[in-house]
Amino acid sequence: MRCLLALALLAAPAQAGEIWVTNERDDTISVIDVETLEVVRTIPTGERPRGITFSKDFTRVYICASDSDTVQVMDAETGDILHELPSGEDPEQFVLHPDDRHLWIANEDDAVTTVVDVQTRTVVAQINVGIEPEGMAVSPDGKTVITTSETTNMAHWIDTESNSIFANTLVDSRPRHAEFTEDGTQLWVSSEIGGTVTVFSTDDQSEIAKIDFEVTGVHPDRVQPVGFEFTEDQKSVFVALGPSNHVAVVNAETFEVEDYILVGRRVWHMAFSPDKTLLFTTNGVSGDVTVIDVAARAATKTIKVGRFPWGAAMRP
Amino acid sequence: MRKLAAFCIATIWACAAQAEIAVEVGYLRIEQPTPATLSDLYLPPEDDGVAGAQLGLADNQTTGQFLGHVYTLTTVDVPADGDALGAAREMLAASGLLIVDAAAPILTQIADLPEAADAVIFNVSASEMALRDAECRANLLHTLPSYAMRTDALMQFLVQKRWTDLALIAGTHPGDLAYADALRASAAKFQLRLRGEKTWEYDADMRRNAAQEVPLFTQDLPSHDVLLVADELGDFARYVMYNTWEPRPLAGSEGVSPVTWSPAVEQWGAAQLQNRFADLAGRGMAPKDYAAWAAIRSIGEAVTRTGAADPQALRSYMLSDAFELAGFKGRPMSFRTWNGQLRQPIPIVHPRAVVATAPLEGFLHQRSELDTLGLDMAESACTAFSGGTP
Repeated sequence: MRCLLALALLAAPAQAGEIWVTNERDDTISVIDVETLEVVRTIPTGERPRGITFSKDFTRVYICASDSDTVQVMDAETGDILHELPSGEDPEQFVLHPDDRHLWIANEDDAVTTVVDVQTRTVVAQINVGIEPEGMAVSPDGKTVITTSETTNMAHWIDTESNSIFANTLVDSRPRHAEFTEDGTQLWVSSEIGGTVTVFSTDDQSEIAKIDFEVTGVHPDRVQPVGFEFTEDQKSVFVALGPSNHVAVVNAETFEVEDYILVGRRVWHMAFSPDKTLLFTTNGVSGDVTVIDVAARAATKTIKVGRFPWGAAMRP
Repeated sequence: MRKLAAFCIATIWACAAQAEIAVEVGYLRIEQPTPATLSDLYLPPEDDGVAGAQLGLADNQTTGQFLGHVYTLTTVDVPADGDALGAAREMLAASGLLIVDAAAPILTQIADLPEAADAVIFNVSASEMALRDAECRANLLHTLPSYAMRTDALMQFLVQKRWTDLALIAGTHPGDLAYADALRASAAKFQLRLRGEKTWEYDADMRRNAAQEVPLFTQDLPSHDVLLVADELGDFARYVMYNTWEPRPLAGSEGVSPVTWSPAVEQWGAAQLQNRFADLAGRGMAPKDYAAWAAIRSIGEAVTRTGAADPQALRSYMLSDAFELAGFKGRPMSFRTWNGQLRQPIPIVHPRAVVATAPLEGFLHQRSELDTLGLDMAESACTAFSGGTP
């Protein structure tokens, strides 16, 4: 019944928009049409594409081509590579500053965060961080950028004025992803091997909460939080739990886990549809994308993409 | 130093709480005589193990720079006929954190030194069961898996493949015999049938004669699905492969192998570790490198989380529930509190790819699936670890 209802909801409001998915082992992007839920385009990229994000006007897309040691800038209409940005070695994830001009890039093999000006195409700064930097986040006011380092197990708090670190906070093993809340008061960081999500107050970098996960029938070792996203009302957080093949729904006010949704294998990252009613998760091992009905908290469809889908970004 | 000061100004609260800590780690290598093998195509690298420790040190130092923790590594080599215990005494006087690459009997002698009473020693070279069993020592932790952990991993794989009937060819060196013992015990544990065995005592030069010798040698083995080989020195088994009387896959020391680590491991972020290692050492990362890396990273993790450098404080933390090491094998790793063994997944590999990673799905355990590999609490005769709760 729930499923039927979900399908009805799905069918009702026709919405435009696309979800772009990077396929790590195919060197391609699969473009999913949000209305038909089908792959409508497959675009070649550089080697090992992972992080993906659009410019604020959605005309250009930035792609971390990790093994090509570059960030590619692609015309979102034509799929043509416009040019490449000097990114430092092995870019894995990045975040575009609210100024739409500075790209903050985690260089995984180099223990460095690189700041690139996308207009002049030059490196503005490089900041030494911990081993294997990965998760990147920028505060809504643009004043703070976070880099998480997977082997150093820290969130590094970087002042974007001085391009220097002003705090380091330890988290559980292998931090993967970071996000600020919309109001900028909290920072959330997922720890893949630690199996937790830590919530910090941005005022004093103190820990407010640590969220644990428990999936019935799955050993705790395999419950590995990676990517996560806040819902539009900021009341819930959808957390990808890696090889447990589930996405958790966390209450952002009480920090309680309310639901677990079964998705494809080794779920990595996710992106919402333009109207935020659907969530698309990349499932690395099964090579597909699961479509989740956000209101119903249920998986409604699986879409085959390329090999080892990793990042996801929405284009309206 | 200037860098450190800059961090401290920015994070006064953090630095005030964590004053500068110096962590000295010793790495002692006692050379072991290597018997001659039929081919010297693949010799162990000169810096086997040491390079892994150096990478772990670099990893720790990067983390340490944010916390005011400074790590140093001192490496000492002792020839096979040298004074191993004297060297160990000297190193223990300088630091209570010692990584040792030596044969099992020397390891226990070092652990029994009065100077080692309050030290923590890491075994990165000896797979012997006894060290995790009756011959265990409270101050001796093992980041290298035991023979049983590896052979249990292989048997889980064979069970999953339903390759239930086995035959075994074992060499005559002590390592071959120990590995063969572990294969037999693991086959029994997972209820596989070991239908026949032969001992490799040939001394012909297999670079010329494998095609003629091996078919005859394997012709009278009873019917089997997989041929196990116990050849820990890499002496003869490479000539057995593809020369058997029956077309059968090889497993164990050659063929599909359960290993601590291999350059073929790339999932779970391992590609990054492999890249860092290759940049540092100019070669692929070997099992001993991994064990040494895990030892020094365990120290680093304990120092980071406790803000202490005292070996006993670090040991307590490492043996506590709070400790977990992200070892690029897909699951958090921790030390068994009953014998000091680092529990860890075991990749089952051939030279070009990972075939499977144990524990395999379906092998369950009441505490940790990783404890389906090797000596479990109830099986281990180790009593040196007081309060052996899981």
